[in-house]
Amino acid sequence: MNKESIPTLSPLFRFQWEEAQQCHVVLYPEGMVKLSQSAGEIMKQVDGEKSVTTIIQTLSDLFDGADVSDDVIAFITEAEKNGWIEPK
Amino acid sequence: MAGLSLNNNGELNPPLWLLAELTYSCPLQCPYCSNPMEIANYKDELSTEDWLRVLHDARKMGSTQLGFSGGEPLVRKDLEILIKEARKLGYYSNLITSGVGMDGERIAGFKEAGLDHIQVSFQASDEELNNFIAGTDSFKHKLEMAREVKKQGYPMVLCFVLHRHNTDKVKDIIELAIALEADYLELATTQYYGWANHNKEQLLPTRKQIEAAEKVAHQYQEKMKDKMRIFYVVPDYFEDRPKPCMNGWGNVFLTITPDGTALPCHSARLIPGLELPNVKDHSIDWIWKDSPDFNKFRGYDWMKEPCRSCDEKEKDFGGCRCQALMQTGDAANTDPVCSKSPHHSELLEEVRRIEGLAGQTIEEHPLVFRNMRVSKKIITSSTGS
Ligand code: SF4
Ligand code: SF4
Repeated sequence: MNKESIPTLSPLFRFQWEEAQQCHVVLYPEGMVKLSQSAGEIMKQVDGEKSVTTIIQTLSDLFDGADVSDDVIAFITEAEKNGWIEPK
Repeated sequence: MAGLSLNNNGELNPPLWLLAELTYSCPLQCPYCSNPMEIANYKDELSTEDWLRVLHDARKMGSTQLGFSGGEPLVRKDLEILIKEARKLGYYSNLITSGVGMDGERIAGFKEAGLDHIQVSFQASDEELNNFIAGTDSFKHKLEMAREVKKQGYPMVLCFVLHRHNTDKVKDIIELAIALEADYLELATTQYYGWANHNKEQLLPTRKQIEAAEKVAHQYQEKMKDKMRIFYVVPDYFEDRPKPCMNGWGNVFLTITPDGTALPCHSARLIPGLELPNVKDHSIDWIWKDSPDFNKFRGYDWMKEPCRSCDEKEKDFGGCRCQALMQTGDAANTDPVCSKSPHHSELLEEVRRIEGLAGQTIEEHPLVFRNMRVSKKIITSSTGS
């Protein structure tokens, strides 16, 4: 994926907030990965509509103009490698 | 209670994995089945309302992964209702099935109800052996069902339980899984409890078989990276350290059997002295947190030597309690798979004895198929009536 790609959640995975664990999780057959707070925030923006650039901008706005670019790209790369997300 | 089972805030971990064994009924008769041999004794199944309450209460405690299994869960007419409730509550629900009792329409209905994943089990990669092991003509239907599961957009796990009769076929098994476009392939080791334990002499693969299969599995793991995940675990009795059984007693897994008995692992009923709490009499919360059963082997305080002072106990929790019981007579002993166990040599001896039987027809102990008729016979003969 590049910055113009629009990531979307793979139909083979589910992403949700877990109240009991107080964190976001990625769910798949018989397994679960707990996400860190920042990873959860990025995942929340993956909606099949926003491009990577837009996600970076949205998160930056949300966190007082912080530079989140590297974090977002690193996470998106990792998440794609794991098969959680794919380009639309 | 020491370290294990406690999260960073010093609280008990929730039962993340809830295994709902809906029924012991099953149209198949696999001789490697790990259900108890006394299945015919468990006629009283939980009602739909009971199950709905179990789902609700466990979810509230933090259960996330839910497995519908059995027996054959498709036998339960209320499966769709339970799936629907599971989705509403936020579970990730897994249907663990032989595929017998399903058709395209029912698969679509499950999807609509919110089922996340279907695991289809096969007995072998070819029709003849599959149907022999299953005791039923089911191979063609299973193929059809696996294709249908993928067609309808589910992630699919294919599961093959390995034993002496199919371990040599691992290559064909993997090729079949690839052809069926499985997302995950589980090459499971037979768990020698219940029926499988009874048939052990006929089922235990030889070391040579295991080593060959392992090689093939590793080759394909490399080759299929990113396309299909292959899980292959070497049976622990050929190693010198046990597996971290259930990830620790009362730490992750909560099994509810068809009659409502709550178990820390699905074969725990073997262990003498357990009180076997039932969800009809107790809340899930009490069972998980306070019941004597779930605390019995929780953490490390219950351990005896050599585990107690061993620096590997956080890795394997001393292994499997049921295996310890069956081989050493005491469930609190070190799993005899461990080379530090004083009973380790006896286990090796037993495995070697059975290996020696491979290839012979064992007249005294023919393969016993799992069904209610045989179960009744076993119950009558063991109670002597
Ligand atoms: S192992 Fe075979 S007999 Fe036992 S429940 Fe599963 S499909 Fe049925
Ligand atoms: S002695 Fe017990 S804790 Fe140590 S490695 Fe063996 S089974 Fe594990």
